[in-house]
Amino acid sequence: MFASDLLIAQNIGFFIIAALMVVGALRVVTTSNVVHAALWLVVVLAGAAAQYVLLAAEFVAVTQVLVYIGAVMVLFLFGTMLTRARIGAESDLNNKNWFVGLPVALTLLAAMLIALRDGFGNEKLPADAPLVSTQVLSDQIFGPYLLPFWALSFVLLAAVIGAIVLARRD
Amino acid sequence: MFFATETVETVETVLKSGWFLENAWLIPLMPVIAFVLIIAYGKKMPMKGSEFGIASLLASLAISVGAAYQWIQRVDSAAPEAFIAPVIKTWTWWESAGFSFGIGQHIDGLSLTLLVVVTLISTLVEIYSVEYLRGDIRYTHFFGALTLFSAGMLNMVLAENMIQLILGWEIMGMCSFLLIGHWWEDGANSRAALKAFFTTRTGDIGLLVGTSVLFFASNAWTQKTLGISGFTIRGLSAWALSGDPGHAAITVGAVALFIACIGKSGQFPLHTWLPDAMAGPTPVSSLLHSSTMVVAGVYLVARLYPVFFTGMNILGTNLNLIVLIGGITIVIAAALAFVQADIKKVLAYSTVSQLGYMMMGLGAGAWLPAVFHIFTHAFFKACLFLCAGSVSHSASHHSFDMKKDMGGLRKFMPITFATWIISTLALCGVFPFSGFFSKDEIIDNVGHNGYTMFMVLGLTGAFLTAAYMTRATYLTFNGKPRGAAAGAHDSHDAHDTHDAHASRGPHESGLLITVPLMILAALALGAGFLNPAPLGEKWERMKHWVEPRPEVISPTGISVMASGPGEARVLTSPRAEEAEHESPCGTTTPTGGICVAPQLDHAPFKWSKALMSMLIVFLGGFLSWVLCVQLYGKKNPKLVGLTQRNKALGAGYLFLQNKYYLDALYEKVIVHGIAHPVAQAVYWFNQNIIDGVVNGFGTVVRKVSGWVYRNVDQRVVDGAVNGSAAVAQNAGSAIRPIQSGKVNQYGALLFGAAAIGALILVIINT
Amino acid sequence: MLLNEFLFLGAILFCIGVYGVIVRKNAVLVLMSIELILNSVNINLLAFSLRNGSADGQTFALYVIAVAAAEVGVGLALVLLVYRNSRSISLDELSEMKG
Repeated sequence: MFASDLLIAQNIGFFIIAALMVVGALRVVTTSNVVHAALWLVVVLAGAAAQYVLLAAEFVAVTQVLVYIGAVMVLFLFGTMLTRARIGAESDLNNKNWFVGLPVALTLLAAMLIALRDGFGNEKLPADAPLVSTQVLSDQIFGPYLLPFWALSFVLLAAVIGAIVLARRD
Repeated sequence: MFFATETVETVETVLKSGWFLENAWLIPLMPVIAFVLIIAYGKKMPMKGSEFGIASLLASLAISVGAAYQWIQRVDSAAPEAFIAPVIKTWTWWESAGFSFGIGQHIDGLSLTLLVVVTLISTLVEIYSVEYLRGDIRYTHFFGALTLFSAGMLNMVLAENMIQLILGWEIMGMCSFLLIGHWWEDGANSRAALKAFFTTRTGDIGLLVGTSVLFFASNAWTQKTLGISGFTIRGLSAWALSGDPGHAAITVGAVALFIACIGKSGQFPLHTWLPDAMAGPTPVSSLLHSSTMVVAGVYLVARLYPVFFTGMNILGTNLNLIVLIGGITIVIAAALAFVQADIKKVLAYSTVSQLGYMMMGLGAGAWLPAVFHIFTHAFFKACLFLCAGSVSHSASHHSFDMKKDMGGLRKFMPITFATWIISTLALCGVFPFSGFFSKDEIIDNVGHNGYTMFMVLGLTGAFLTAAYMTRATYLTFNGKPRGAAAGAHDSHDAHDTHDAHASRGPHESGLLITVPLMILAALALGAGFLNPAPLGEKWERMKHWVEPRPEVISPTGISVMASGPGEARVLTSPRAEEAEHESPCGTTTPTGGICVAPQLDHAPFKWSKALMSMLIVFLGGFLSWVLCVQLYGKKNPKLVGLTQRNKALGAGYLFLQNKYYLDALYEKVIVHGIAHPVAQAVYWFNQNIIDGVVNGFGTVVRKVSGWVYRNVDQRVVDGAVNGSAAVAQNAGSAIRPIQSGKVNQYGALLFGAAAIGALILVIINT
Repeated sequence: MLLNEFLFLGAILFCIGVYGVIVRKNAVLVLMSIELILNSVNINLLAFSLRNGSADGQTFALYVIAVAAAEVGVGLALVLLVYRNSRSISLDELSEMKG
């Protein structure tokens, strides 16, 4: 009984968070205020972190909070403030491409939903899957996936140098 | 090996090995070290870095020769029919996600042949370059790139697995780009470099696709049976002959790999880059674009021969992709060599044609003759190119135009002339020069294996070869000196920094140039005697040393006798009764054993056939000589300007001169004709959607018919006349609307295409 | 829980992100839309990681987060540079690179 209760709770949690995320995402792409868009993005990212917890990926969820909500969002807000003096609603954020964007997005959505429904149907996620501990994750990163990790270090290094070179005043 | 024994016997053979064989991986390492030294210290050295390159290549040459000697001892220590295991070493290069990638060496007769050839010719060419490029502005960089190229080629040749092979392959491609564009200040040179790079890259996609396909198809089998990954040469060879591969997988893999070979080895229809690549310095043409790099494709086919053997169904039918491409290339390239005025372009087309012989040989099951032709061709073609370089360096004022700036050089350059003649005779395949023993064997075996049509193509190619080489010889060395060779001084071009001696008129080149020429000519003369079929089996050392023996071995590498006839289901091929002994390799490998080489047989040598082909060669040479004397020597009015007067001949000449319009096809039809309508369509789409107005069917019809008129009628039909500048401009302006510069539109295009693609996939699958 | 719940959520977020990339004119907002796309990919990776009982998906989700951070850093530096040069970050005015 307890397990199924938990499952129901999980499901309810999932749908509440998912609804929040979808609303947030829609506001990100429709709002006419850049700062509001950034704040709605925080809602989506936090919701994603919550979904990661539901998916038994604690470490990724924590990283999501630290990196995205902690660092990336601050970067976005900095970028917004450095590039525009005014904080408030603006009319000039969208171009006139919505009649291209809407069909493309809807077509893509339809194709994906059909494919997913056909592909996975009512497949259930395992309810009692063992938690992937942080230790396992670190063994993965520094074991079989060491090479991508190295490549990633180079990407980050290049990004840091590139960002400094680009944003430097000279 | 007969199938007399009932029990599975293991024959313990102790094969000899030695230091050089075990440490052959040092061979590519030497030039790598030299490359680093040249880049770091080259400019400070007394000889500007060339000493590093030459020293490292001499060391590699010494190791290669030592290894070849020890390989011969290894072969001799084995029983006459025993399998000779290659000397394989592997270290783990990198590991990711459970896959491990090795690096190491795979040394057998084939790789040793190439190792010796590459190190020898690289050494000679570097010595020659010391003189030829003296005073060049990028002298040190030239030697750096040349040395790195040697490292790449050597690494590819002794590669233990496909990943290592791709590494060497791509290093060669990059160095080729650097060296063709060595004098990049001239726009034509950098264009040629780009063309070579892009054309070979087009083919290289096949290499990646083929390697991946073969890996995923074979890895399970190789891991289970041999305990090695599906990237290894040994694993792939054994897998291809095991009967395990599904037909589709191995065919797709082999075709994809062969596309890479077409690009790299300048086979039809991707041969157009090779003649343009002659824009590079002559030593580069000699080393990269005639004797070594361009045989990489041929080498790949020979290296992974079992894969191609099974994948292309060689010997199974009378036609396969390899033999077809090879045969077409022979004739098409040889015909093109007639209309060239540039001596290096004649040699370039000749190279393409000779590579066609090698491919045709491989495709028709003549493995050994093709490999032997790689060996002999390297010497005489390198020699011919270096002769051309010697002529332009010392006599014709850095011009390569035979019609304008050469002629009568026989008297001034006796050594160059003599070496040229020896190499030409070798190229034409005149007994007893080396080309005879290899080329004739290819033609002979192709006919013997039932590819009669291609034997005829080969003989036609031999006729054409003799004719165009006679024409080139006549124009260069006979008659009266013309233009620069006669002492005429026109304005100097860009890279004439080392020109003090040219004012002395034509003269023989210095020792640094003539000594490599003489060494190569001696090899062109004598190399054929390593495998002279006419002298009988005893003399065919190359066959004894190089050809892998189609024996059934156990996965650990020890020869096993095939199990009883009940198990070894030997398919009798139509030629089974002729062959001396029939091994199940290539048809049906018995369970429990593996093969790494298919059973091939050799055509018995007949003097009558050899005499016939010699007759054809002499006929070609003679006819061409007569024509040349009439046309260029006596200026026979009936012949001079015939192509202008006779319509049919003129059309043929124009057709050849425009290289079958292949370049025009690539630029006009593919770039222009396909990109243009796509761009037009997108533009139309943009205009109409943005305006929100559908202009109706009439506009479409008008636009389409207008487009047809403008492009099909005006451009394609008249297109041959319009220059390529106009093409580039038109193509550029055609794609302009797509390049609106608006990031959102790019995004819309990208995701729109993805959405449509996804939708199509969904519809197909439901 | 159904696997498809998460996959559908990922697909919806992805398409919203695509819509944002196409219609937004402000460069910072386009970068935000790209973040939406990357997050939807991460949800998929983790869902399959749970389904297959392997940690591979989680490893790659971490890599994706790291790459996204690098991408935002470089992207915002570019936006700053553009702003400094043209006093505007509207993508419509950035069409000097057109052919």
